[in-house]
Amino acid sequence: MAALILAPLGGLFLGTFAEGPAAVLRALTDAQVVEAFGRTLGIAAITVAVHLVFGTAVAWVIVRQRFIGRRLLNSLIDLPFAVSAVVVGYMLLLIFGRSGLLAPLLRALDLRVAFAMPGLILATLFVTLPFVARELIPVMEALDTEQEHAAATLGSGGWQTFWLVTLPSLRWGLLYGLTLTFARALGEFGAVLVIGGGIQGRTETATVFVFHALEERQPVAAYAVALVLGLLSLILVTGVNLMRRRKRLT
Amino acid sequence: MSPPGYRAGPASAAVPWGAWGLRAAAVLYLGALVLVPLAVIVQDGLRQGLAGLWRAISLPIAWHALRLTFWTAALMAGINAVMGTLTSYVLVRYQFPGKRLLEALVDLPLAVPTLVTGVMLVVLYGPQSPLGGWLESSFGWRVIFAPPGIVLALLFVTFPFVVRTVQPVLEDLDREQEDAAATLGAGAWTIFRRVTLPALSLSILSGALLSFSRAIGEFGAIVIVAGNIPLYSQTAAVYVLGEVESENRLGASAVSIVMLATSLALIWLVDALHRRLVRR
Repeated sequence: MAALILAPLGGLFLGTFAEGPAAVLRALTDAQVVEAFGRTLGIAAITVAVHLVFGTAVAWVIVRQRFIGRRLLNSLIDLPFAVSAVVVGYMLLLIFGRSGLLAPLLRALDLRVAFAMPGLILATLFVTLPFVARELIPVMEALDTEQEHAAATLGSGGWQTFWLVTLPSLRWGLLYGLTLTFARALGEFGAVLVIGGGIQGRTETATVFVFHALEERQPVAAYAVALVLGLLSLILVTGVNLMRRRKRLT
Repeated sequence: MSPPGYRAGPASAAVPWGAWGLRAAAVLYLGALVLVPLAVIVQDGLRQGLAGLWRAISLPIAWHALRLTFWTAALMAGINAVMGTLTSYVLVRYQFPGKRLLEALVDLPLAVPTLVTGVMLVVLYGPQSPLGGWLESSFGWRVIFAPPGIVLALLFVTFPFVVRTVQPVLEDLDREQEDAAATLGAGAWTIFRRVTLPALSLSILSGALLSFSRAIGEFGAIVIVAGNIPLYSQTAAVYVLGEVESENRLGASAVSIVMLATSLALIWLVDALHRRLVRR
């Protein structure tokens, strides 16, 4: 197991620093790299904000409401996990692309989705859809509604109750779901490559940069960016995991 | 569960506009983001009917890409079933220093972007690396830019699936039967094979199926390690990318539909298995 998992990480580390730390620093401060990282972080931040609102709403509707089609809705949440990233990008192209379903409408409104930021964001939203809802649903199901009833009896309105009573007990689940969303958004590659086309200066994210740098035989730049991406995701996910475990113990 | 009169959360007034609004928002959000794209791709793939779909799939390059995807995924799922069961057995039944580190390592592949996984494997096993060069010169094994690299990448990416489905079942397992078997003179291996393994079989199966389903769509790691040579090491996801770039819509849609249908069918199968597991 160590051979399978730890050795590759060590290999990447050595590969990155094969030409010394100065080369790594030069690669990471390159304007193209900084721009790609900025784009990736922007996409990830927007994705997190959207899923914070809609992921919570979806989890709430599924746990607290009873209606026809609820089970269908529940199974829809997991669907993005079953779809290949390339297929995600391709589906969006079929809708928003040059000869896509919505092409006339987009042209009339002078909007660009494919090969532009909105497409990158939509693709990332799709692949990260399950995380927040899947983390929140079990927490909400286990939640005792007595406190909410008590608050309602005391004259608290719906929003106030949600804000002051429900949300605080959800915060760790929410934080974990959002961190997973952010980490996954940082590392998304296939979907943003297809819908964005990987145009340098316009739709090139950090992962797409790694791909291009490998093709153009710039190993140090590719390895350095890959290492930063890997470590960032790793620290985020492990950090929140540890925090959550500690909270559960106390 | 909520009491019977309690439906829409604490806000439920006489007319629950808030609840309906929330419900509409959730349904619209999921519908627009998930259902519409799926419907569009299915409609696109069936433009020329089932016969056209079949023609697009049975082109030699597409057919080879699908076969390669399925056999590498199946091989990986088999290896994962064995190694994942062993790992979870070690994690649940033994106490040893470094166990918590091992526990954390299991989830590592979920945190690392798959593209980065691919880069790591190329650095370690690639033809220019010492290890990769040694494997090729002394055994003639080409790992990277060949099918073995695909299996290796899939193993890394899906490593947690079997462990994480088997582990909770193993933890809940009653050890009385194992103790009884030991009292009756059964050896450790016999106990594992005849008592423990049957109790775990459903969870091992669903873990393996989940990893298989995940493997069918894998792209980021594979596109880096496989070399993507048509009729040799090009998988279905990479084939779809190529067809999208050369604007062959029918080919891209047809292969996408096969991938989607397989993954979805497997996930539903696992869901059904899981429900049987819970009922027991």
